[in-house]
Amino acid sequence: MSEKELLVRKIENGTVIDHIPAGFGLKVASLLNLEKTHSTSVILMNVESKKLGKKDVVKVENRELTEKEVSKIALIAPSATLNIIRDWEVVEKKQISLPEILEEVIKCPNKNCITNYEEINSKFIVEEKEPLKLRCYFCERVFTREEVTS
Amino acid sequence: MSFKGKDVISIRDFSKEEIEKILEEAEKMETSLAKNIELNYLKGKILANLFFEPSTRTRLSFASAMQKLGGSVIGFEDITSTSVAKGESLIDTIKTVEKYCDVIVIRHPREGSARLAAEISEKPVINAGDGANQHPTQTILDLYTIKKLKGRIKGLNVALVGDLKYGRVMKSLAYGLAMFEANLTLVSPVGLELPEQTIKEIVEKFDTEIIQTDNILSGLKNADVIYVCRIQKERFEDVYEAEKVQKSFRITSQMLEKTKEEAIILHALPKTVEIEPSIDKTKKAKYFDQVYYGIPVRMAIINLVRP
Repeated sequence: MSEKELLVRKIENGTVIDHIPAGFGLKVASLLNLEKTHSTSVILMNVESKKLGKKDVVKVENRELTEKEVSKIALIAPSATLNIIRDWEVVEKKQISLPEILEEVIKCPNKNCITNYEEINSKFIVEEKEPLKLRCYFCERVFTREEVTS
Repeated sequence: MSFKGKDVISIRDFSKEEIEKILEEAEKMETSLAKNIELNYLKGKILANLFFEPSTRTRLSFASAMQKLGGSVIGFEDITSTSVAKGESLIDTIKTVEKYCDVIVIRHPREGSARLAAEISEKPVINAGDGANQHPTQTILDLYTIKKLKGRIKGLNVALVGDLKYGRVMKSLAYGLAMFEANLTLVSPVGLELPEQTIKEIVEKFDTEIIQTDNILSGLKNADVIYVCRIQKERFEDVYEAEKVQKSFRITSQMLEKTKEEAIILHALPKTVEIEPSIDKTKKAKYFDQVYYGIPVRMAIINLVRP
């Protein structure tokens, strides 16, 4: 895709999160707290895509994502790809994937789960990736993608 | 198969072989109890009974089991007299108590609390009920009771009757019975069914035959074991509706006549209105035997996990 088509300029350093299903770009941005950081960022919505028909793209300047952030994205946009940009070049391109165990990534939606009351990191076992089935390691409840991302 | 230091948090952590081993050990404990043999396996050891919510049977049953093994018991059942009332975290409570004891038994109103305690403590932790989640020792004693009274579990028709949605006992038990290849009939009022995810897990894991009904008579007809639990009024918005459901799910002596001759009735207790009091005297009522079996089973568990 040419720069002209993307409507925005290339970034020198940072991350491009591509192939986000259309409609989920804002959610990814909010998940990364982009509004609260100093990085310049752009959310492109409903971009034409051969793979997805329509897609969203999020560009974040001068920031590479942590493992925890990548896991968060994988929860809501499992089809997304990450492009790491250094000196105007894509130095790494990877498909986002969920780890077997998600630690510290999300809060347990079960209001009576002990992790919502004690100083302890949440922990989920990924029992199935598609459709997503997460089991809280502590309260043992099983949650769907909608339940953990809404 | 070693149990030393193992935590007992969820029935889902146990294999069938491990549960069979506990049942075998419980049998030995029961024999010792019957012969009045004094046991000293836990002499000099201390069990901490941490009850963050009320309990009669489970707390006393663990205390009795520990004392019958020659050990002693400390603990609390009323958090108003502890540092918890001052706002101490569960993590700090566990870090403190583990210095005083060799085994921790915990009941707590929040789901996942026993797992958290086990993560914190180096001493084995036994879950005596964490919110609506699990009550594994109750399940193991229920399996022991059924095996003792019916001679087997495999192939039996077991009807689970009452509020199957909110009770931790029924969720754990359905899993345990499925593991031991019983056929399950789930009898509950509409809206209080066993959670879909529990049913799905059981069917996928154990290929269990499950029948679901809200008709109590048809649910009980072919049952070898009728396991009843309370329907709590507070689960309903409408008190009139609650009383109507409680009434229609009450086991009466008339109903009992239509069940199999050799059927037995179990209940984790306390019971309120769900079983007609006159049934207590019938040969089918076995819930007080079930209470007794809690002792050898908990003796076996404590003895197996002791450090």
